[in-house]
Amino acid sequence: MNRLRPYWQRLIDPLDGQLLLISGLIVLLACVLMGSASPERMGAHLANVAAALLVMRIVAGVPPQQLMRFALAFYLLALLLLVAVALFGDISKGARRWLNLGFMRAQPSELMKIAMPLLLAWFFQKREGRLRPGDYVIAAALVLIPVGLIARQPDLGTALLVLAAGFYVIFLAGLSWKVLAGLAAAALAAAPLAWNFLHDYQQQRILTLLDPEKDPLGKGFHIIQSTIAIGSSGLFGKGWRQGTQAQLEFIPERHTDFIFAVFGEEFGLLGNLVLLALYGFLIFRGLKIAAQAATLFGRLLAGAITLIFFTYAFVNMGMVSGILPVVGVPLPLVSYGGTAMVTLFTGIGILMSIQKHRRLVQK
Amino acid sequence: MDFEASQEELGRFRSRLAVAGGFVLFCFLLLLLRFVWLQLIQQGYYQTRAEDNRIALVPIVPNRGLIADRNGIVLTRNFPAYTLEITPSRTGNLEQTIDALATLVDIQPMDRKRFKKLLNESKNYESLPIRTRLTDAEVAQFVAHRYRFPGVDIKARLFRQYPNGAFASGVLGYIGRITDRDLEKIEGAGIEANYRGTDHFGKTGLEQRYEFELHGITGFEQVEVDSGGRAVRTLASTPPTPGNNLTLTLDAELQRIAEQAFGERKGALVAIDPATGGILALVSMPNYDPNLFVDGIDAQNWQALNESVDKPMVNRALNGAYPPGSTFKPFMALAALTYGKRTPQQAIADPGFFNFGGHHFRDDKKGGHGMVDMYKSIVESCDTYYYMLANDLGIDAIARFMGELGLGRRTGIDLEGEGEGILPSPEWKKKRFKKPEQQKWYAGETISIGIGQGYNAYTPIQLAQAVATLANDGVMFRPHLVQYITDSKTGKKTLIEPQPLKKLDWKPEHIAVIKQAMVGVNTEGTGARAFAGAGYVSAGKTGTAQVFSLKGADYKHHTLKQELRDHALFIAFAPVDQPKIALAVLVENGGFGAQAAAPIARQVLDYYLLGKRPDAPAPADEAAVEADPPENDE
Repeated sequence: MNRLRPYWQRLIDPLDGQLLLISGLIVLLACVLMGSASPERMGAHLANVAAALLVMRIVAGVPPQQLMRFALAFYLLALLLLVAVALFGDISKGARRWLNLGFMRAQPSELMKIAMPLLLAWFFQKREGRLRPGDYVIAAALVLIPVGLIARQPDLGTALLVLAAGFYVIFLAGLSWKVLAGLAAAALAAAPLAWNFLHDYQQQRILTLLDPEKDPLGKGFHIIQSTIAIGSSGLFGKGWRQGTQAQLEFIPERHTDFIFAVFGEEFGLLGNLVLLALYGFLIFRGLKIAAQAATLFGRLLAGAITLIFFTYAFVNMGMVSGILPVVGVPLPLVSYGGTAMVTLFTGIGILMSIQKHRRLVQK
Repeated sequence: MDFEASQEELGRFRSRLAVAGGFVLFCFLLLLLRFVWLQLIQQGYYQTRAEDNRIALVPIVPNRGLIADRNGIVLTRNFPAYTLEITPSRTGNLEQTIDALATLVDIQPMDRKRFKKLLNESKNYESLPIRTRLTDAEVAQFVAHRYRFPGVDIKARLFRQYPNGAFASGVLGYIGRITDRDLEKIEGAGIEANYRGTDHFGKTGLEQRYEFELHGITGFEQVEVDSGGRAVRTLASTPPTPGNNLTLTLDAELQRIAEQAFGERKGALVAIDPATGGILALVSMPNYDPNLFVDGIDAQNWQALNESVDKPMVNRALNGAYPPGSTFKPFMALAALTYGKRTPQQAIADPGFFNFGGHHFRDDKKGGHGMVDMYKSIVESCDTYYYMLANDLGIDAIARFMGELGLGRRTGIDLEGEGEGILPSPEWKKKRFKKPEQQKWYAGETISIGIGQGYNAYTPIQLAQAVATLANDGVMFRPHLVQYITDSKTGKKTLIEPQPLKKLDWKPEHIAVIKQAMVGVNTEGTGARAFAGAGYVSAGKTGTAQVFSLKGADYKHHTLKQELRDHALFIAFAPVDQPKIALAVLVENGGFGAQAAAPIARQVLDYYLLGKRPDAPAPADEAAVEADPPENDE
């Protein structure tokens, strides 16, 4: 046992106990839930979790300086792939999102979720101390180019997340409130114009949110059914595998984007509060790591990743409970799907790395 | 790097982080409020919505009641069969689907036509049969390929079957798929819920009249369904109550013999039990096979039935209005006795015509019948006697007497769509015609009324009711087909029409005179040939109703086109002392009543009274001397 101890120590050394505990609990809940929502996918789900944990451990072991070194290359690679998708991508369900690499199909927009905050954090680190207003314009361009490419696929959910990631870094880097206010005003003014750029189905989703009952069998069906699922559960829920909405297939996409409806229906308000609390702990742990990070790069990166995590959780739960339009955003660490799982645990790995190196770098 | 600047920057970063943290808290609070709203405050509402989603009420269609004749012979029944059904709204290309199905299951062009007709009449979400009565092999074939056919399903259903085919179609009627007009009736009765799941409805005949008795009470099954509407499990169920059974007054064997007696000829026959008003046989020929309608009739058959010149879909017994011809005479004579216009012995001299206002009303017999009293007037069917009698009675008295006897009035039989016929009178003429000169009743018109011609037009069932009333000494019943209804649950029997409608104010000695004369018809008069050797005493009267006016030319039966020939009529009852059956027969374009109608009556009476079965349709007795041609109006 003693001989093994150094190896074990080395294995868990880069990990952050609190993050591991919280995300572990969420993953555990997710596995229990998967046993109800889609038991036949349990094996695949566990494999995804294992792969994601492995990636997390690897990333956690990479010091922030190393990450910084790769930031630009990583971003350019992701951007190149996005352009390749736009030119040669495979079409699935009416959207050009996938790139066929021969041996596997990759979704480069997913890479951008990590590459974006990495690049901007690197950028602001480079400009530290001599930041000029023009730098924000450059940063904005770095954000908007990939966002535009992703939105064109079209994949509104991912575009939104990448945009949020970029925005969070710029916001945390200290863009003045005046400019922010100006941007907000401009966004409001441009909303009608942007409306025209949205695809029909995207417009539909927003209209549906405003009045789902208008089209109960068509576009409104998802929202109505998930709202009924959550609403009918009560304080304690209907019990594991007892949700009628979930088990009788009234909830669409019940193992992916709408898994929260299954959770809400079967575990009730108390279950929702527990999940909300776990996400809250995870986010505040992340914000704390950001506050304590040694470098500007670490601070911005940790802050942005944490806020992306929040965005995932809020947008998904808000959509499923009917207060946000339907966009394809999974419930973080819970929804079935390997890509998102790996992306999210990569983020947690980065947070862990920043946490472990909060003093080392200063030396 | 400037430490102070760095510290300042760190401070700004942390304040930004605090703002972000605040935003996170705000958003989570929003979610929290939403959850509380949905899961606590609105829980009841959403719980109901979830239950509505999950639980479906599936109706269980009850077995339709059976119809049996007076001896318990089943005339309509149900049999279970598999049908292949398509829900058009859930199927992509209908033509392609049917073509593909045809490779698995035998689908004839007739099936396609019928399906097309159903499709035009139905709503899109209904499930419509493309094939009925699948064999077990066909069921197995389809089930193995079901996955290829969304919206196509095998269903086990009970089908209505009329085991005797083309038989008593005017009585039984048929059921067919529910149409919008049927739905209006159902809604009018306020029983929509009981018809959920039912897709057939009585269209004519008893099936129509007793629809709500026969239908039964629909049962319900509470099933849990998934989002695709597939039943997952049954939660609770209320079994259906089968429809009530009808037992008829009809004698199926008698009906069959009567129908067969017509052979290829068109016409109607109504036989009534005079003591109860119960219909023993109700024939309208040609008939049709009601089984054609059950699965939805195909366009070709429908067209054939509807456009046939023989009009098989018309129930002649209820809707055909025919001049009664000489069968009217016994009633005229009874009217004369009742109103004191004639005594039985009072005789007239018949020169072979009756002159009224310079107008010759001719008798059929050249030179006349000589001295004619009431008995002879009926037995030999003397027209002149009745020309004079009609003139003496006057149209108002005739109309009053015949009206009380039920002629020109609906009998109220328990079938829909009964015709009224025409009881001629000055009042009727006023209503019937628009121009003042047409509205006036001319005294000359009364004369031909006396021999059952002119405007006279009655339905066979009215004639049969009148004969039955005469046979029953003036006690009149409403003709009815259903003897009693048996409640399927309690077994309780409800009798229909056990009470007479009314008693007519006739003197027994008058009735006896008429009956005696009618017996004479069948022993020494116009019906004697047809009833030669009968083992019972029957009363009858022949009649011939003019279809076409010959304008003075001689009526030659064989030289006239079939559809211009006269209608043959015969009324009868037997045995005379204790009448058990009264009937009216009409053979369209049959010629003389003695030739065509009386032999049919003979076969019917022979079977009913003696149990004798004929071996061929009643032959038309070409040699019968008809003392009874229609009046020829110059």
